[in-house]
Amino acid sequence: MRSDKKDKEPLFSAGNRKLITTPLGRENPITVQVLGICSALAVTAKLEPSVVMALSVIFVMGVGNVVVSLLRKTIAPRIRIIVQLVVIATLVILVDEFLKAFAYDVSKQLSVFVGLIITNCIIMGRFEAFAMSHKVWPSFLDGIGNAWGYGWILIVVGFFRELLGSGTLWNYPIMEKLGLYSIGYEDNGMMILPPMALITVGVIIWVQRYRMRDLIEEN
Amino acid sequence: MQELINIFVKSIFIDNMIFAYFLGMCSYLAVSKTVKTSTGLGIAVIFVLGITVPVNYLINEYMLSPGALTWLGPAFAEVDLSFLTFIMFIAVIASMVQLVEMVIEKFSPALYNSLGIFLPLIAVNCAILGGSLFMQEREYRSLAEATSFGLGSGVGWFLAIVGIAAIREKIKYSNVPPALRGLGITFIITGLMGIAFMMFMGIKL
Repeated sequence: MRSDKKDKEPLFSAGNRKLITTPLGRENPITVQVLGICSALAVTAKLEPSVVMALSVIFVMGVGNVVVSLLRKTIAPRIRIIVQLVVIATLVILVDEFLKAFAYDVSKQLSVFVGLIITNCIIMGRFEAFAMSHKVWPSFLDGIGNAWGYGWILIVVGFFRELLGSGTLWNYPIMEKLGLYSIGYEDNGMMILPPMALITVGVIIWVQRYRMRDLIEEN
Repeated sequence: MQELINIFVKSIFIDNMIFAYFLGMCSYLAVSKTVKTSTGLGIAVIFVLGITVPVNYLINEYMLSPGALTWLGPAFAEVDLSFLTFIMFIAVIASMVQLVEMVIEKFSPALYNSLGIFLPLIAVNCAILGGSLFMQEREYRSLAEATSFGLGSGVGWFLAIVGIAAIREKIKYSNVPPALRGLGITFIITGLMGIAFMMFMGIKL
């Protein structure tokens, strides 16, 4: 769908581009809107599951936003939550079965957290706030943008935790190849433990707010 | 009996929903500004987890897992409905929350008023769905074990949110670096609390 529409100019007008770029920084789902943290942190001990999780969420949100946006005129307001949950759950089942078939190891590592994409508040939040009231194409961009805003935080956290915690990247022993162990470098096992995910995100928030002063909260 | 207590204590301290698995973080961060509201939400979570986990256990045992439908007759022994897990669990949770809400409203208006808006919010709390999914993954052997796991996880979540709320009430008076105020410092404190909770690791009753 994307390729045949790409040549028409207005599809990537300034307004549409903004839908993709603001969730990366100023409107980031994790660090600013505080949505979807639940399933985000537990999978970031290594880079590989973080990337898989990010891709899964991008798929579910992009397709989900399109479906909800297509259905938006036919969904009765009273039952919209159930309809949205069914759309998400169906997509998540697809992702889950796909991972089980083609990436079984990662699927085992992610364990219940694939299922928990269903209750990921970003998805419900974007359905409610955007897809229910916008046309298909902007909804698609909004979904991709927000999921990517969520994904890049995941990938950054996964990158640092794997690099500092086990000295590898994507299971490639980078610290060993650099010869750091022979001069006395040691991995910080702490980084693999769950609490360090929270602290890493805390530091990302710190850096971001230091650079975007207007995001600073009242004490 | 000892096994039940073991599961209960383990799910409160060692496999704590917040500190070990980050489940229910959204409401944990959003509602933990005062101790009073977080106590309300915490109690509601204990309540709902204590009900949905055993109900989902029965559904998993008699409907979803491979061979679970044998009680309908030998023809159903081969049926495997486990791919329906997510949809069934979330439907059960949404309807149980609705049901619990109506029952409480009818029989205990005082409790209903104090839980207020928290009950409906809980349907989309990841800790609830997570509880059911962990119950399925860890293959608890009986209804009693599943119930004990549900209640224990709820109590663990309750402890975590009341703890962070108490700390946040005090931290208002300290001089936090501007860019860390609010969300950032809450994350870091939660991490430190998680490290404290890790001292329970490996304890077995």
